[in-house]
Amino acid sequence: MTYRILGGTIAAALLASTAIAEEVRVYNWSDYIDESLLEKFESETGIDLIYDVFDSNEVLETKMLAGGSGYDVVVPSGTFLQRQISAGAFQKLDKSKLTNLDNMWDVINDRVSKYDPNNEYAINYMWGTTGLGVNVGKVREALGDDAPIGSLDLIFDPANMEKLASCGVHFLDAPVEIIPAALAYIGEDPDSQDPEVIAKVEPLLTAVAPYVQKFHSSEYINALANGDICVAFGWSGDILQARDRAAEADNGVEIEYNAPSEGALMWFDNMAIPVDAPNPEGAHKFLNFIMDAQNMAAASNYVYYANGNEASQEFLEEDVIGDPAIYPNADTLENLYTTSPYGPKVQRVVTRMWTKIKSGT
Amino acid sequence: MRRVALIAVPYAWLLTLFLIPFLIVFKISLSDMALAIPPYTPTLNDGLAALIAGLDFENFVFLTTDDLYYKAYLSSLQIALFSTLMTLLVGYPIAYGMARAPQEWRATLMMLVILPFWTSFLIRVYAWVGILSNEGVLNQFLLWLGLVSEPLTILNTTTAVYIGIVYTYLPFMILPIYAALDRMDDSLIEAAEDLGCSRLTAFWLVTIPLSRNGIIAGCFLVFIPALGEFVIPSLLGGSGTLMIGKVLFEEFFNNRDWPVASAVAVILLLILIVPIVLFQRNQQRQAEAEQ
Repeated sequence: MTYRILGGTIAAALLASTAIAEEVRVYNWSDYIDESLLEKFESETGIDLIYDVFDSNEVLETKMLAGGSGYDVVVPSGTFLQRQISAGAFQKLDKSKLTNLDNMWDVINDRVSKYDPNNEYAINYMWGTTGLGVNVGKVREALGDDAPIGSLDLIFDPANMEKLASCGVHFLDAPVEIIPAALAYIGEDPDSQDPEVIAKVEPLLTAVAPYVQKFHSSEYINALANGDICVAFGWSGDILQARDRAAEADNGVEIEYNAPSEGALMWFDNMAIPVDAPNPEGAHKFLNFIMDAQNMAAASNYVYYANGNEASQEFLEEDVIGDPAIYPNADTLENLYTTSPYGPKVQRVVTRMWTKIKSGT
Repeated sequence: MRRVALIAVPYAWLLTLFLIPFLIVFKISLSDMALAIPPYTPTLNDGLAALIAGLDFENFVFLTTDDLYYKAYLSSLQIALFSTLMTLLVGYPIAYGMARAPQEWRATLMMLVILPFWTSFLIRVYAWVGILSNEGVLNQFLLWLGLVSEPLTILNTTTAVYIGIVYTYLPFMILPIYAALDRMDDSLIEAAEDLGCSRLTAFWLVTIPLSRNGIIAGCFLVFIPALGEFVIPSLLGGSGTLMIGKVLFEEFFNNRDWPVASAVAVILLLILIVPIVLFQRNQQRQAEAEQ
């Protein structure tokens, strides 16, 4: 009968362990946190933290709309947050549990309330701009010393792209990032929802697409840092991380980030709790932990993105808070625009156009 | 009674793991998209009558209005077909070599063919990124040899997709061909040569026909998964690589249009049914021939 006793003991042990170990499952963007914070959260709260990453809003959104994702905290960007709120994917925050809420920055809260009225469903995690990551040496070699590294001319002028093709250009694989930039470049409203206006950028993008080595939303960090590519149209902090990785590797690669002079998309990534989160209690604890001024500062110092936490600013390092590529000054701030979500009909037009641009069919 | 129970097992398997999932996908392909969880209507919650009333073939009609879809199907067929041929050209000599090797080596050789399966498929495909990239191992080697003066762009092109598919599916081609060649009686070759055949003619007239079933099985085992392949084109392919797996992903993730994505999947299945039925028939014929 030994095996029975043994079986019973194992079952009891399993039951006990499931009863004791509390879990919080977080689904965040890749390369988007100082991982020592994850251990700190576990040791402070005794909660097991399961941390998964994604690299596209679309993947997250599909999980949210399918339901039963099993995550307690997810991090959608502004327009995606707005759409998922209207689909009923999130639960309202219990603000009584979020004692660090006063640390938040009203300027950013205000901007995010465009997507989440009264900030009922989400807190801002980080924000940034979409712009040009440039391997200065290689681009100057290809285009000469007066290469337009701060202007969209660099990537939307086919003559420049033709010369850059051999050293490698990556674009984000996200029409919601590229199309507004192309609209700004031709002098249209970047937030246009009119299919006819959006269609105007198709010839422009079709002309440069053959020179784009890859449309991808996370590979460019390493590719830029290793010197595999010379230009990436991507997210500010990712490019700044590439700059740092290159500097650490000391491989002679010098990366620079510029928000385009024609205007840059300003985006916000926000933490929200899915409506069917298994552990909403733990999710609130995680949010509160993240809103702690020092924790948030540690995260920003690590990933080079600005955050929506005013109290954290005194703990930010000078090369973060003092860098206008991360915390834009008043002038650049004026040059930033935001966008709204596309409706399903416009979305289909946009995706179709995007496929056509990328594959030539 | 026992026979019925025995037959019921494979049918229950087919029903729960193929037919029911297929019917669910087919049902979604007849629905309309919605901003909700799940993102389509009608669902069973609306009641069975409303569910049936809300179904129509609109999404299938939509697929015919845009040339993207048929181009993607055709291009996938082309990629699957060519990579199957290339896998055959690479796999056959390997299988032949294995079958001809001394008996005591064969187990080791077999092991070497199976060994890559011990590593995750994703990691093996990703390893090719490191090999094929501009700064990768292959280009460094070619530059060192002096064969090329600047790195070849292979990664993010359709060539890289072919390399990835041939590499990944090679064991599926080698194993059935090896099994067929292994069973072959060597004295048949001797007989052919005694009757005046050259070695090449003997190979062509005796070995190839006797390994025919292995070749057919191998080709289907490569062609069928290659047609719907998603991981290889998205990791190794570039923007010019059009495959139905990627189109399906975009419908599902970027457009959030589950109904159209399901319609694409249903048609893909219909395309695959033809080779699958042919494969089954071949297997059956082979089994009968052996009895």
